This record gives sequence, structure tokens and C-alpha cells, in this order.
Amino acid sequence: MNDEFRYLMARAARGKLDRRAFMGRAAALGVTGAMANTLLATAARAQGPQRGGHLVIGMQGGESTNSLDPALAASQVPFTYLRTTGDTLVNITPDGQIEPRLAEEISASDDARTWSLKIRSGVEFHNGQTLTAEDCAQTLRRHSDEESQSGALGIMRGLTDIRVDGDTLVLETETPNADLPYLLADYHLVIQPNGGFDDPAAGIFTGPYKWVEDEPGVRHVMEKFANHWDDSVGHFNSVEVLVINDATARNSALQSGQVQIINRVEPRVAGLLGRAPGVQIHSTAGRGHYVFIMHCNTAPFDNNDLRMALKYAIDREDMLDKILRGYGSLGNDMPVNEAYPLFDETIPQRSFDPDRARHHYERSGHDGPIILRTSEVAFPGAVDAAQLFQESAAQAGIPIEIVREPGDGYWSEVWNAQPFSASYWGGRPVQDQMYSTAYLSTADWNDTRFFNDHFDSLLLEARGELDLDRRKAIYSEMGMMVRDEGGLICPMFNDFIDAHNAQVDGWEGNPNGEMMNGFAAVHMWSTA
Amino acid sequence: MHPVLTLVIQRLALGLLLLLAASVLIFVGTEILPGDVAQAVLGQGATEQALANMRAQMGLDQPAYIRYFQWLAGAIQGDFGVALSNRQDIASSISRRLGNTLFLASVAAAISVPLAIFLGLLAVRYRDRWPDKLISGITLTSISLPEFLLGYIMMYIFAVQLGWFPSVSNINAGMSFGQKLNAVALPALVLTLVVLAHMMRMTRAAILNVMQSAYIETAELKGLRRLTIIARHAMPNSIAPIVNVVMINLAYLVVGVVVIEVVFVYPGMGQYLVDHVSKRDVPVVQACGLIFASVYIGLNLVADIVSILSNPRLRHPK
Amino acid sequence: MKGIPLSALLGMTITALFFLAAIFAPLIAPYGMSQTIGDVWEPASDAHWLGTDNLGRDLLTRMIYGGRTTIFVASAATLLSFTLGAVLGFTAAVYGGWVDQGMSRLNDLVMSIPTLIFALVVLSVMPVTLPILILVMGLLDSTRVYRLSRAVAVDINVMDFVEAARLRGEGQRWVIFREILPNALSPLVAELGLRFIFAILFISTLSFLGLGVQPPMADWGGIVKENREGIVYGIPAALYPAVAIVTLSISVNLVADWALNRTTSLKGGRGG
Repeated sequence: MNDEFRYLMARAARGKLDRRAFMGRAAALGVTGAMANTLLATAARAQGPQRGGHLVIGMQGGESTNSLDPALAASQVPFTYLRTTGDTLVNITPDGQIEPRLAEEISASDDARTWSLKIRSGVEFHNGQTLTAEDCAQTLRRHSDEESQSGALGIMRGLTDIRVDGDTLVLETETPNADLPYLLADYHLVIQPNGGFDDPAAGIFTGPYKWVEDEPGVRHVMEKFANHWDDSVGHFNSVEVLVINDATARNSALQSGQVQIINRVEPRVAGLLGRAPGVQIHSTAGRGHYVFIMHCNTAPFDNNDLRMALKYAIDREDMLDKILRGYGSLGNDMPVNEAYPLFDETIPQRSFDPDRARHHYERSGHDGPIILRTSEVAFPGAVDAAQLFQESAAQAGIPIEIVREPGDGYWSEVWNAQPFSASYWGGRPVQDQMYSTAYLSTADWNDTRFFNDHFDSLLLEARGELDLDRRKAIYSEMGMMVRDEGGLICPMFNDFIDAHNAQVDGWEGNPNGEMMNGFAAVHMWSTA
Repeated sequence: MHPVLTLVIQRLALGLLLLLAASVLIFVGTEILPGDVAQAVLGQGATEQALANMRAQMGLDQPAYIRYFQWLAGAIQGDFGVALSNRQDIASSISRRLGNTLFLASVAAAISVPLAIFLGLLAVRYRDRWPDKLISGITLTSISLPEFLLGYIMMYIFAVQLGWFPSVSNINAGMSFGQKLNAVALPALVLTLVVLAHMMRMTRAAILNVMQSAYIETAELKGLRRLTIIARHAMPNSIAPIVNVVMINLAYLVVGVVVIEVVFVYPGMGQYLVDHVSKRDVPVVQACGLIFASVYIGLNLVADIVSILSNPRLRHPK
Repeated sequence: MKGIPLSALLGMTITALFFLAAIFAPLIAPYGMSQTIGDVWEPASDAHWLGTDNLGRDLLTRMIYGGRTTIFVASAATLLSFTLGAVLGFTAAVYGGWVDQGMSRLNDLVMSIPTLIFALVVLSVMPVTLPILILVMGLLDSTRVYRLSRAVAVDINVMDFVEAARLRGEGQRWVIFREILPNALSPLVAELGLRFIFAILFISTLSFLGLGVQPPMADWGGIVKENREGIVYGIPAALYPAVAIVTLSISVNLVADWALNRTTSLKGGRGG
């Protein structure tokens, strides 16, 4: 490690150098990305977290209808406060490893169907109760119960048995599942006393901060929980999450110092905001993607030529530039990208080709306007993106008619109901989970109506395949199937763009979610 | 009994009937909106099973009219129930929000109503001269800008550049009156600018309307000062349209400020209502609707009574 | 046209220019309405007099087409709300009694439900087309006009000259259109100018909620909204439509003021 690199690292650790810039310059010095990441984290730690201070986070994605019941959480603010006040059995680290939390040790049987999780001892709930393996079992039972309303019900389906053996939690799955621990890191699955059966919205968890005040849609106040089991996290005395749904108001609050961290910086103003004194913009490449989805079983989209015509008629580069201003990466009409383990990077990138689009369109024999439904809530800039799509398709002679739907009711009435609409996918930690959530014939959220027996059998085969090369090859084949036959038009993957000012430090982006995967308040510290 | 008193009682009784009718209308409205609370709460993550479970738990599997009467029976006894979406007690969450909304509305009204009437009088006094034109120009400009734009401009100048007032007007119970005033300074300023022009222009027009009357001429011939004539003689006779416009604007300050609430992150009723409409949380929408309806009906009643009292011919019908 | 004050003349000229630009939009706009021709938020140049918008479309073109939509919808909605509101308001005042009670309370009922919920319900159940937009805006606004016109007319209705007309044996129609209307014109004209602005702003609020005109069509409020992120960083794209709205509304109200003066001097007072 040479001096220049050491200098860079020190600057980055003190927040003088943007993470992205650091990584770029580290690469120029011949240091690999993963290596630089680790070194940076160490350097930041070496600078030393300080204790104390009051953190205020300004966030989009909170409503006055939010509840403290983890089962009902769906938007960004509940996601963040659950991460801040609760603990899950495991976490996923920025480089995609499983980090034990409330589960101290994890082991699997050879057939990857029986999983044993040894529960940490000496963990205290906010009400003074001691954590037991039974609490963990009950939590998972509540979320996997068919009677449950949990947002995690879908991912808990594969569990056939949940039982306790002393201080060990034992889980059985229906089919071999090498990726089970990743599912347990879901933010809905924070552990509650008796699994939350008694009072689901009590707000009693085991996390580094405990509840002080809960005003849904306005603000959420938490304070340091003195008896938290892990001393290395939770550096602030108190944390306040302010709901600021308006983007300009969020930026102004950060600039005027009323809040220290904000989420969802709009790509168009990120550069401008970054010029403000003390403000740092953090852009983290993630797995979330902006999509237009067609139902493969509904006319006229049941014709693969028409689907291909539309896939060639979208100008991905232009869209990435105009909608995300480069804060993202190109999509390739499949739901996975290089952020996933076992991704095949040799799959050719599809690009805008009006001639081929016209050719496929003529072969499809379709005539008349194609109705594309969109809404401000589908993804940020979805209405603009639809207009760009309309313009580029017009160059290929394909008439698209845009219908802007009210944001209110979009997810229940339009998405997964209308044959052609704009949508968003947050991504999943592993390819298996992404494909089983939305591309398996029997998936609850098969929003492209993609029914392909061969694809389904490949998915099950990959799930039990222990040879990584073989598994990668299967995933590559599946990706190609979705890309060339599926109903997904994926123009781009978005970065998470968050920002903080100089009053806080210790930022470490995490591709699994915005705001350091929701852990900003847990891992950062005050510099004031 | 005094005829005005009879009228008030009559109107109050009618008001109650109106409230009932409004609650039916709002209920039907939220029913015909596509989607229901279960779908809205579970959002993109909904599965058929979770939806069915949630509906059963909330009693949404019962027919609509039964749910309406259950709600009505509770509401008559003062029990608004709990929100479907997060099981919070509606009465206590609303009372906090309503308090905030009324606070902001009163601050804005306390500035804007006297100012509007004063400016209106001034404009009549200097009719067609430069003060009239200046007042007219400024108020027209402020009213023509979309509220959120006005909000952003004020925020940029007073919060980001000058740092005089906070850009986030988040108020809570622990704050003193002075702190609260400071916190709502920017939204109150924007609201004042938004409602000022309407009231000021109506004051001006209504007074000009009676300035042509013979009795004003008499007053002028008596040699009274022009501002005295306007304030003492013309104004009382043009009170009916002025009060009506003031009423519409006061109601707006209570009911219609959701955009300002969003821009300044103010925890008022508007945002609360919109959130619950989009979650199809019928009991909360009903409760908010009733409060808004009462505000309208109450203010209308006041406006009508003032109109009657101000006009002797209406006061003593032949 | 002797005796028209300069301010009114100015108002009329500008208003006329706006309306002409609206009518002949496709002829004068330099580019296609939804054509992307450059980068995002380019500054003003010879090729793009006002620069480009948030998607790299020519802003001047968007402004011209946006004015067309905005002016058309706002005028139509205002016309509808005034015709309906004033006629019903006068009728209620003249007939009085149960007719008045019935109509006024029904009006109260509609007004008592927040406009937003009303718009949400109607526009999410019906397809959002221009006629429906105009109808919804006009009807919702007519409740406000109704209240004002009724309040004004009730006062006039008890005047001696109305009584005289009744004693002469004139019918209610005569009373409404020949006695009340001329005498109620000035507050109504003052209101008309403002209602026109409110209509423009209402379209932009609807766009704000995603219920306004369909993309890629433009309206001024929508352009403000699309480009609002840039305001606090000195990008003027959102300010042009705001300036246009301000200019148009001041012009319209200059004309309204002049009309107001004419009607007040017609009242048979001094110099009448």
C-alpha cells in the first residue's frame, strides 16, 4: 500500500473524498474494488465513531397510516425505523455475506433442507425481557402463518417446520434452499417478544434504539437503548426520523442543517445539491430496477414479435441519461445485473435499434396505438420515462399512447392488473429469490404473466445445485429466456442516492437497500 | 322569539341533517374508489391470502350498508373507532392534527383578514391612483403563482439563504407558543399571500359598488373625510359579499392547504386526510370529512347571519 | 374605442396575444410538442430561446402548447361555473323560501366535502379527458359562484326598484335578468377575473396529483411542476410558465377592472 493510497483513504475516511471518487482513484492505483472497500471501512472505523449527539433523518416514504407492526411495513420510513429499533436473525453485509446477529451460529444439513440457528444469549428486549429461541420461532410463525397479513408471507412460504431445540431454532424447508439465510434478513422479520402475537404494534424489539414517540407520517423519535447487546453499533443518544415527502423540502432541510441525512435525492439535482457546503452525495449501485411490464398472455402482448419490437424501440442510454443523469446502469430486459452473485456478464447488451423494432413490429401484424399506463408513483420519473419511450418508439413507427394513472391506487388497480404498465422492482439479495418472486409460473407477483415450464424446472434445479459454475450457467440460461421471451422491458437499474452533511460520518453504502440498507442510524456517528 | 334566533335554530337543525348527508356521500365516495384498505396497506407486496386475511380481520367482508350503520352508531356516541390501517385511536390522532391545522389557519387568518380589508379600503380611497394599482399588481401576482412555487421561493429566500425561519415547520406538543409561531412563519406567510388577493379585491369591488349611492354623496357633501366615509358608510352596506368571500377563504385555510402542508412538512389535517384516502381507510376519512363539513356549514351559517344582520331590510322582513 | 384607459388597453392587447398564440400554437411553435431535441435544462440559446426542459424538449414550444391547453380549459371551466352559479344563485335569491333553502343547503352539502376528495373520486372513476376535466372544474367552482351571487342578489332583491318592478307585474325572469343582473355585475366581474386564475391553478393542482391533462400534453402548471426541482438551484425553466400565468392573470384582471368601472358608472348614480 503506497502513500498516495494511504492519503486517499484518510481523506475518504474523514469524508473529504466522495466514496465513488475514492473507489475510482483506488482502482487507478491498482487496488481492487473489494479490497478498497474493506480498507475504507477499516480506515473509517480507525477514525473512530464518537458517542452522543442527536441525529435527524429527513425521509421520503412515510404516511400517517404507518404502523409499528413489522408485518404491515411497506414504505421507506417503516423500513428505516424497524432497522433502527429492531434486530433480525442475520444481516447481509455490503459485499453480500451473511452476518450473524441474533442468530450466533448458522448451520445447514447436507441437503440444505434443515437449518439450525443458535440464538445469542444475554440479549434484552426494550421492556427488560430476555430473548429466547421461542421468541424467534414465534416471530417466524407469525409471519409465515397463512392467516397472517405479513408482507413477508410470500418469502416465508417455503418453511414447512419451525421448532425450538434448547437455545437453537430449527427450520425445515420444503425443497433444498441454499439461500435461506438471505430470506431471514428481511426487515419484516425483526424479532418481537412472543413473536408479537400479544401486541404486534407495541414497538418492543431488541435493537440499539428504543421508541420514545411515534407520530405516523410526521416524526418518529427513538433513544439509545443502554442494554443493547452489541456495543459497536448505535452511537447517537437519540434518533429522529422526520417524514419529508417533498424532494425540494428535503434538500432545503439538509442545506439549512435541520436534518443531517436525507434519502431519495433526485438524480437531476444531485450534482447541484452536492455543491452545497458540507453536503456529501452517496450513490450506491443496487439491484432496484425501473421497468415496463407486458403481460405475456394478453393480446397484443402475447405475440413475441411485438414484445421484441418494444424491447428494441426503447432508448436505454438516453433514458439513463435523462431520467437518472447517469446515477444507475443500463438494464438488459432481465431482472438481474452484475450486483448479483453468479451473474453472467457475457450476455450481450441490447440497445436501441429502430430498424429491428420496425421489422419485428411489422411481423407481429399489430395495428393501432399501444396503451402504456404510468404514474408518478411507479418509479421516480416514470411519467417522463414513458414520454421518452413514446418518442423513441415513434421513430420505429410504433405508436404508444400514454395513460397517466393517479398515484393513488396504482399498485392495486394498474400494476399486476393492466397488460402494459410502468413499475419498479426493489431487487432481492440473490438471483433465486428474484426469479422465484416474479418469474416462476406460480409466483404471487408474476407481473409479466411469464409461464414457462422449462424455466420453472431450471429454477428448481439451480436452487439445489451446489456446483457454482453449473449454477451460474443455469442462471445465465434463465436470464436469456426472460430477456428474449419474457414480458419485461428493463431500461435501467437505479442507484440509491442519499446525502448527508458534515455533522455525521461513517457512511458505508449497501447494495441491498438505501440509507446503508436502513442502518444509517445504527452505524453512523456524530462529528459535532 | 326573535326572527334571527329562529333562523339560527332552523339552520343548526338543517346543519345536522347536512352532516348526515355529507357522511353518506363521503362513505359512498370512498366505496366507489377503486381498491380497498387491505390492498392499499399491503401495496405491491400483497398476496391473495394476506388480502383475504386482512379483510376478514377488519370486517370488510360485511356489506357496505352494515359497515356504514356500525360506524354511524359509534359516531353518534362520540366513538370514531380506530384507524383500519394502523389501529391508532382516531379521535386522539385527529385532535392533535386538528389543533395544528387550526393553529396555522388562525395565524394566517389573523394576518390576512385585517390586512386584506385594510388594503381594500386603501385601494378604494386611492382608486385608480398608484397605491390602488400597486396593491392590485402585487396581490394579483401572489395569487397567480402556484402555491408550491410560492412556498419554494419563500423557503429558498428565508430558510436556505437567510436562515431566518426553519424550512421544516414541524411542530409538536413540547414547543412553546413562541417556538410554534417561529416554526409556522413561512407557511403562514405563503397562505397569507395566497388568500389576500381574493378578499382584498372583493372588498374593493363591493365598496365601490355602494360608493355610487346617494347617501354616500350626502356624506361627501357633509364634508366628511373620504376614508371615514368609506369605512363608516360604505363598508357596512357592502358587508355581505365581503363576509362571504372571507368565509370561503377561512374555510380554505382549514380544509384546502394540503399542498402547503406537504411543502413545509406541517402535521395538519390535509396530509392526514390524503394519506388515509389513498389507504381507503374509511373510518378516518369519514371522521375528517365530518370535521371539514362542520367547518364549512358553521362558517356558512356565520356568513348568512352576518349578511342578514347587516341589511336592515333583511333584518325586518315585511 | 374612445375613453379606454391605457391599462385596460394593455390588458386587452396582452390577453389577445395569449389567446392568439393559443389558437395558432401549431403554426408558431418552433418544434414538435413532445420532440426531445437536446440535453436536460440547456440554457437559453439562439436555437432554443427559453432553453430546454427536464427532458430536453424545447421550452418555448412547450410553453406555447401549454398555454393552449391551460387557456382553453380555464376559460371553458370559468364560463361554465359562472353561467351555472350565477343563474342558480339569482334564482334562489329571487324565489326565496323553500326553493332558496333547498338549493342553498344542497350547495352547502357539495361545498362541505373537500374538493380534493371530490376530484379524486370523480376523476379516478371517470376517464380523464378534457371535457370531463372542464365539467368537474366548472361544477365544483360553480358552488362558490352560487354563494356569492346569491348573497349579492338577496341584498338587491329587497331594494325599492325591484319591488317597483314586481308591482309593475314583471315576471321573475325579468327581475333576474333585467333588475338583479345589471346591479350585481360589478362584484361578479371582479370575481370572474379571479376565478379564471383559480381555474388555471386548479389544473396545475390536478396535475400535481397526477389527475390533470395526459402526457405528453402540456399545461403551464404542469410545466412548473415538471421543472420545479431546479428552482432552488437557479434553473429558470419553472419560472417561465409562472411568469406567463402572472402576466395573463394581471392582463385579464386589468380588463375586468375596467369593466368593473364601466358597470359601476352605469348604475345610475352620479354621471350615469
